[in-house]
Amino acid sequence: MAGTATMARTGAGGEAAAIVKDALLHALVTLGLSIPIVSYRTDAGQGTGLVLTSRWGEVAILCAAVFGLRLAQQLFLAGRSRHRAKADPSAPAAVSRASALIAPFTLGIALTLPALAALATGGLSESRYWIDLGILILTYVMLGWGLNIVVGLAGLLDLGYVAFYAVGAYSYALLSTVFGLSFWICLPLAGLFAAAFGVLLGFPVLRLRGDYLAIVTLAFGEIIRLVLINWVDFSGGAAGLSSIPRASFFGIPFTAGEGGFAATFGLDFNPMHRVVFLYYLILALALITNLVTLRMRRLPLGRAWEALREDEIACRSLGINTTMTKLTAFALGAMFAGFAGSFFAVRQGFVSPESFNFLESAIILAIVVLGGMGSQIGVAIAAIAMVGGPELLRNLGFLKAVFGEHFDPNEYRLLLFGLAMVAMMVFRPRGLIAEREPSVRLGAAR
Amino acid sequence: MEFFAQQFINGLTLGSIYGLIAIGYTMVFGIIGMVNFAHGDVFMLSAFIALIFFLILTTWLGMTSVALVFLIVLVLAMVLTSLWGWAVERVAYRPLRGSFRLAPLISAIGVSIFLSNFVQVVQGARNKPVPPLVNDAFVLYRHEDYVVTLSYKQAIIMATTALLLAGFWYLVQKTSFGRAQRACEQDRRMAALLGINVDRTISLTFVLGAALAAVAGTLYLLYYGVVSFSDGFVPGVKAFTAAVLGGIGSLPGAVIGGLIIGLIETFWSAYFSIEYKDVAAFLILIVVLIFKPSGILGRPDVEKV
Repeated sequence: MAGTATMARTGAGGEAAAIVKDALLHALVTLGLSIPIVSYRTDAGQGTGLVLTSRWGEVAILCAAVFGLRLAQQLFLAGRSRHRAKADPSAPAAVSRASALIAPFTLGIALTLPALAALATGGLSESRYWIDLGILILTYVMLGWGLNIVVGLAGLLDLGYVAFYAVGAYSYALLSTVFGLSFWICLPLAGLFAAAFGVLLGFPVLRLRGDYLAIVTLAFGEIIRLVLINWVDFSGGAAGLSSIPRASFFGIPFTAGEGGFAATFGLDFNPMHRVVFLYYLILALALITNLVTLRMRRLPLGRAWEALREDEIACRSLGINTTMTKLTAFALGAMFAGFAGSFFAVRQGFVSPESFNFLESAIILAIVVLGGMGSQIGVAIAAIAMVGGPELLRNLGFLKAVFGEHFDPNEYRLLLFGLAMVAMMVFRPRGLIAEREPSVRLGAAR
Repeated sequence: MEFFAQQFINGLTLGSIYGLIAIGYTMVFGIIGMVNFAHGDVFMLSAFIALIFFLILTTWLGMTSVALVFLIVLVLAMVLTSLWGWAVERVAYRPLRGSFRLAPLISAIGVSIFLSNFVQVVQGARNKPVPPLVNDAFVLYRHEDYVVTLSYKQAIIMATTALLLAGFWYLVQKTSFGRAQRACEQDRRMAALLGINVDRTISLTFVLGAALAAVAGTLYLLYYGVVSFSDGFVPGVKAFTAAVLGGIGSLPGAVIGGLIIGLIETFWSAYFSIEYKDVAAFLILIVVLIFKPSGILGRPDVEKV
């Protein structure tokens, strides 16, 4: 970038040549990176051996794409450096005004989604896909908000968050199948168990520095998963636990017969009642998470979390008990994961260790990172984009027409997650949608 | 006793591979203080590169000389994986110097997810088997019906590791790059004041780490004969454990840590339970980080304001 600034002075011709040369260099590196991993595909052939297929066409397309993108980016940067003086100083204010409108709008959509979906698709049963998608997205919103307490507010990078989600899911699965407890008793218990695990893990590891803490939580998450796979007597092993009891409407089951939800309220029986109920359940759980987080930020404890995120040594010298502060963040984050976990179990009716691998932790972390680490509405929008986006892309017919019949955007979902995380750290480390600001700031500091 | 000796050999072989990967972690941590989370996936990628060149050489060009095939594959994998290491540092880590504390780690997690899914997209999700390159074994000791063997594969792995580590040690201790690298490790700003090109040194550190990971990847493919896109994660974490155990930042520590982890894993699988072998590695990681984060040979980490 410094290069382009000096180029601007040497004249347009030299500048253009330099930009083209730079783009060519990028294309060349891409070519090098594509050999042989893109240029030859390995497929299982007849018998045991692998068969190679050349794909130089794809490599050429890839290099051309990198060349074009780099060229466009450099031209854009060169153009912007000339017009930098005209930058609009009122832009941040406009952004914050817009984001103040986003939150109520999103909430309104979320509250009325089942009705909207039923109206749009022409019936409650037809809208099942949309409500299920809503449940999926809200689960991730809740997990994102829970992890946001740990990562976004307290600044502790937790790579094993999914372990608490697993604890919650298995708590409900085991308590309900073995002891026959109802969902409404298991839900708080699952949260408690997960919080207890959070404290158990947190106690020894919290004096570690940032990246060590991240690695230890990762190891912890993997241990939980491996134990769930291998301790067959306890958890059912890799096959998981099935026939977990369904949720009831505060004691009234969603069944067709006498005493069921439909009969009690004088409605025609429809299996969608349960789905809509689950939707509002996860919405309520997510909103509780959000509310607690927002209130916590106003308490001394929440202020201590944010102070801890900004500077741990300063915190300690000011007499903040860093261990207690970190532990509460860990436990609270874990508790919400536990709630979400027991919701997951009651919705699926089935849990297995495969739902709780490292990738799941990484996805939740990606949502928090893309949301801007600390911003509540940012996390919600990131969850919608990351979870709902690929799902919507899958149904777009023209993508299939362009990329061929076997094109499945879900294959590229994680690829894009990874790229987005890197791009986020490089270009907008403080968040895409909203700025992460401390809740309080002294006078005109900085 | 024979069983123990055999497991010892197996453990050393595995440990050599972990040690080679661990050097990449420890060097990068030493010089810029970040956990290069994507290093395990660079290792996996290198195994794929080796796999493809192996297929080109044996099936398309019909080469039969085992030593020649192995050497060509090793060199090509090292060169091309180095390019990946360089590119990753350039794109994902260099712009983050001076960013907030956790930014490089988050970026590295992004790279890790990207690399494993990139390989899945371009090469498919199935396991990729290769026919064994060499099958014979030296018989070291024979007692009634129990035979202790050192397979040619294991011999190649240990010999390659030892040879490359010697070369690597020479590079770091005796050349001007090595001096610059060690200077940057001690004090980056001072090194820059004394005229060392810090950016170039850091790039070269990544290149070197990736090249050693490529050696490990090629040897891994030779040893197990199969690789899949998800194979980077667990060896990566184990190698990181090795680096931490040996004392992160210390090069001999990484090799020693690798050997210890390899031995522990092998003996754990042999004498306790093979299902929980990964749990053993993760437990060691947690215990070492909690009780002795400076490891066996590392310097204690002093926190300064």
